[in-house]
Amino acid sequence: MTTPLIERSAAALAQALASGETTSVELTEAFLRRIAEVDGAVHAFLHVDAEGALAAARASDERRAAGTPASALDGVPVAVKDVLATEGLPTTCGSKILEGWRPPYDATVVARLKAAGLPILGKTNMDEFAMGSSTEHSAYGPTHNPWDLDRIPGGSGGGSAAAVAAFEAPLAIGTDTGGSIRQPGAVTGTVGVKPTYGGVSRYGLVAMANSLDQAGPVTRTVLDAALLHEIIGGHDPLDSTSIDQPLPAVVDAAHAGAGVDLAGLRVGIVSELGGEGYQPGVQQRFDEAVELLVKAGAEVVQVSCPSFVHALAAYYLVMPSEASSNLARFDAMRYGLRVLPEGVDSPSAEDVMRATRDAGFGDEVKRRIILGTYALSSGYYDAYYGSAQQVRTLISRDFEAAFEQADVLVSPTSPTTAFRLGEKLDDPLAMYLNDVATIPANLAGVPGISVPAGLAEEDDLPVGFQVLAPATADDRLYRVGAALEALLEQQWGGPLLSADKLALETEEHA
Amino acid sequence: MPDISREQVRHLADLARIELDDAELDHLAPQLSVILESVASISEVATDDVPPTSHPLPVTNVFRDDVVRPSLTPEQALSGAPAVEEQRFAVPRILGDEQ
Repeated sequence: MTTPLIERSAAALAQALASGETTSVELTEAFLRRIAEVDGAVHAFLHVDAEGALAAARASDERRAAGTPASALDGVPVAVKDVLATEGLPTTCGSKILEGWRPPYDATVVARLKAAGLPILGKTNMDEFAMGSSTEHSAYGPTHNPWDLDRIPGGSGGGSAAAVAAFEAPLAIGTDTGGSIRQPGAVTGTVGVKPTYGGVSRYGLVAMANSLDQAGPVTRTVLDAALLHEIIGGHDPLDSTSIDQPLPAVVDAAHAGAGVDLAGLRVGIVSELGGEGYQPGVQQRFDEAVELLVKAGAEVVQVSCPSFVHALAAYYLVMPSEASSNLARFDAMRYGLRVLPEGVDSPSAEDVMRATRDAGFGDEVKRRIILGTYALSSGYYDAYYGSAQQVRTLISRDFEAAFEQADVLVSPTSPTTAFRLGEKLDDPLAMYLNDVATIPANLAGVPGISVPAGLAEEDDLPVGFQVLAPATADDRLYRVGAALEALLEQQWGGPLLSADKLALETEEHA
Repeated sequence: MPDISREQVRHLADLARIELDDAELDHLAPQLSVILESVASISEVATDDVPPTSHPLPVTNVFRDDVVRPSLTPEQALSGAPAVEEQRFAVPRILGDEQ
């Protein structure tokens, strides 16, 4: 029996398009049908653009017929996190303050997807302004984990991860400020990559924390992530912090990795990212994955990064500080919501701004804006924001020292599997702890990937394996990730994800 | 120091131009205190000999040639505005009663 179209990898779909087995219109229709079938239960999408996607698919089929496909993935559909500006398509960042806003321009990532011929299925759900680890802070309601609909899909990119896990899209774009691509990847059994900071343009990405935010791929296989990475990555003159040098050959690295020869590779296990506080089933799958890498020829070294224990605290000062400044732009003057205060005759701009920001921002956003305002205020600046910036230096030094001993560093991606919706909503600190293993990479700007490592024994939910590499060495993530994926799939007899394992009741699909 | 009072939260919200009602203040103040307590530890780690890092890349000024290039049309720039008048953003009065 052949694998149903929607369950195939993007690379396999590209092949099916090239061989004439299917067309982009057929493919796009299959995913739109799947969205119509299951998204009521999953709520991965905030907006589906059937018309736009089908128009792009028709154009792709014409290029294909003329023998001039625009890229390796021309005609393969993609979903985009709602934090990226899409011309003429609603862009809300999961917030009421931007309800109904349609940007007059495309983010560079979106423009590159379009130029490469990928039909955009729609915009995916997210924690408001990317603030959260569970997608419960979306003003439009939470996304549900396709493995267990009572559980969170991770955050803030839970919509992108759930769309890919539920076979509603073969590919998606996420953004990762403290782990928002990798952690949702881990808890939904998908692959998530945070490229090197500056490796993918941030132009048109609505900023939460500029020095940490990074867009990247969310997919079902490591090769798919590499293919998508090559399309969206590379220098962009519109983003002055984008790196002006060629992207590493990530697709070649993914192909090479699938050969599972890791002889000579030094893998560093970070002592501070594991053990106590990590769910036993998560730790177990991680340890087994390390053994597989050893069997493939890798050498394992223990490395210590003592400053990592302060990463979470530093992050929760740097991020809200930058966010409080970035979110000042939502002032009810030029775009978005405008709320007039009640009982005030001829309100001033300031009155309107206050009323609008109170009505338009959710609890988590207010919490972080106030925290950031505090950390940046006179008298506290040195003790909080200044110290956090110093911790960043210490973390970068830890990475430098660790990468002298190892080519890549590994850890569980998230300390636990997906928790239940609502479980941590009133306890911000417990929620923040979910990002403990992913945050150091954002503070230092190094790239990271999360690859599915199996299901935890105690709850049968996906576990993620994180690989970190030095800045601009993204290709190493793909080599190691693809090797691990190949080894695990040999064990499992196929990919971890398949439609029949999900908690979704649907009729038979194409 | 980390304890943050209700009045302080009100003041910070005021600086951030967010109107908070009493229920929100009751809810937020203790949560912010808990978060600040947990982050207070880092001031002990950061000794004088550690330089701060503000950005993962060495950020430098980027210049471009001073040439006209395509940008948004007035219609595009105004397309998301809550109110528009004569091809301009219409905003509430900027000056308060006392100015």
